[in-house]
Amino acid sequence: MELSSELQNLNPTIYECTEERTLQESDLNNDVSDNIDRREVFDLIRTINDPEHPLTLEELHVVDLEGVTIDNEANTVQVQFRPTIPHCSMATLIGLSIRAKLIYTLPTRYKVGVNIYEGAHIQEVQINKQLNDKERVTAALENKHLCAVVNRCIATPDD
Amino acid sequence: MMGELIELQTLEASDDRVWCVAWNPTGTLLASCGSDKITKIWGREGERNWVCKSTLSDGHTRSIRSVAWSYCGNRIASAGFDAKVSIWERQGQEFVLQTTLEGHENEVKDVAFSHSGLYLATCGRDKSVWIWEYNEEENDFACAAVLTTHTQDVKHLKWHPHKDVLVSCSYDDTIKMFIEDNDDWSCVCSLDSHTSTVWSCDFDATGKRLVSCSDDKTVKIWHAYEKNNQEGIRSPNGVYPVWKCVCSISGYHKQPIYDVKWCPLTGLIATASGDNSIRIFREEESKQRDVPPSFSLIASNAHAHSQDVNRIAFNPKEPGLLASCSDDGTVKLWRIEQKLM
Repeated sequence: MELSSELQNLNPTIYECTEERTLQESDLNNDVSDNIDRREVFDLIRTINDPEHPLTLEELHVVDLEGVTIDNEANTVQVQFRPTIPHCSMATLIGLSIRAKLIYTLPTRYKVGVNIYEGAHIQEVQINKQLNDKERVTAALENKHLCAVVNRCIATPDD
Repeated sequence: MMGELIELQTLEASDDRVWCVAWNPTGTLLASCGSDKITKIWGREGERNWVCKSTLSDGHTRSIRSVAWSYCGNRIASAGFDAKVSIWERQGQEFVLQTTLEGHENEVKDVAFSHSGLYLATCGRDKSVWIWEYNEEENDFACAAVLTTHTQDVKHLKWHPHKDVLVSCSYDDTIKMFIEDNDDWSCVCSLDSHTSTVWSCDFDATGKRLVSCSDDKTVKIWHAYEKNNQEGIRSPNGVYPVWKCVCSISGYHKQPIYDVKWCPLTGLIATASGDNSIRIFREEESKQRDVPPSFSLIASNAHAHSQDVNRIAFNPKEPGLLASCSDDGTVKLWRIEQKLM
């Protein structure tokens, strides 16, 4: 993956964030077992930092709750994202960061799929194929330089 | 005819993903490798128990994607994401690093010894397939050809069981075949029918049929039509057979199919998938001639592993003995039992 140093989208639109999830009493009760829901998956990815701007993927409207689906029967998680501009060269890196964050945080039983919203990028098909090839994703995350960039994107302020 | 897939043993091979398993030609040793950058050799202790006999480390600095045995059984080759291919030679009970083949630009994804013992082939993300010729006097491998026919990374290699014909599978959705003619290696055919990455392929015992599996979640059976075939299918160059897809098996796997093997002893086909399952198919016997082959599922385990199954291997000597490996860090041994209904 090539990384350019030029800013791709100089003046992005900033969107409002969703409210924090309100804790239910049952959330703290260890005797209650409930499935991971799409809001929880969304919470994992909405705080990912954009590689170019000091903004999160949610603030840039790259990810939204509607783009997240989870099937606890089939153990599948699907995330759709929307690059800010259709020729964004950072799209692969953003997708890789989403994927990395989910691989590192979700239980291993889930099969994760990450795709660009239909029509949101000129190289949609090629990028989707790369992002869902586990061999290429594994190799990319083993690459020290790329791994450092991804880690900067997925690091939370507490880290 | 039905069957059963019986789990014999689980080997805790690694704390990380296990990418590949491979039997030695006599079926007495099993090699495994993966993200922990180590190749392990497993052997029998007593009648049924498999244990780790030796560990090959220091060969790679990144994940080992694939491991292969030479047909004499004295050499192991491992392919790494560190762009290197390591050749290990047997010395007594141990395997010692003999040489490292460098040439690929980045990740090497597969390595395969030819049955003739003359060649070694490697492939990788740089879209190339390299053919290395073995020099017995110098006990070394020299590059004989770099084939750049594929337009995307090359995932898997397979040599024909009786001829020096090499088959490659790629991210460009195609399967290609290469032969040597007057010291020149060239692509003689391209099998284009899969709609996504072709992850693996295998010949049947005769070498006249090939099975392939893909990210498109299908398995395809290909048949070679020789020169002057009865069906009247013409070969474009008149010499090399034409390969046609004669059967497509779909609807069984929910995720990409990462490996397929055609057992030379039993004729069974086994598939390994990202949906954690292993499935076993058997060809339906047909009374009529000239009808396309059909395959039926005779055994399966939807939860063969707790994560993706990356590779499977039929023991070359013991019919029905199958090894598998997974992202869950384990290697498993299975026995396929066929029984009449």
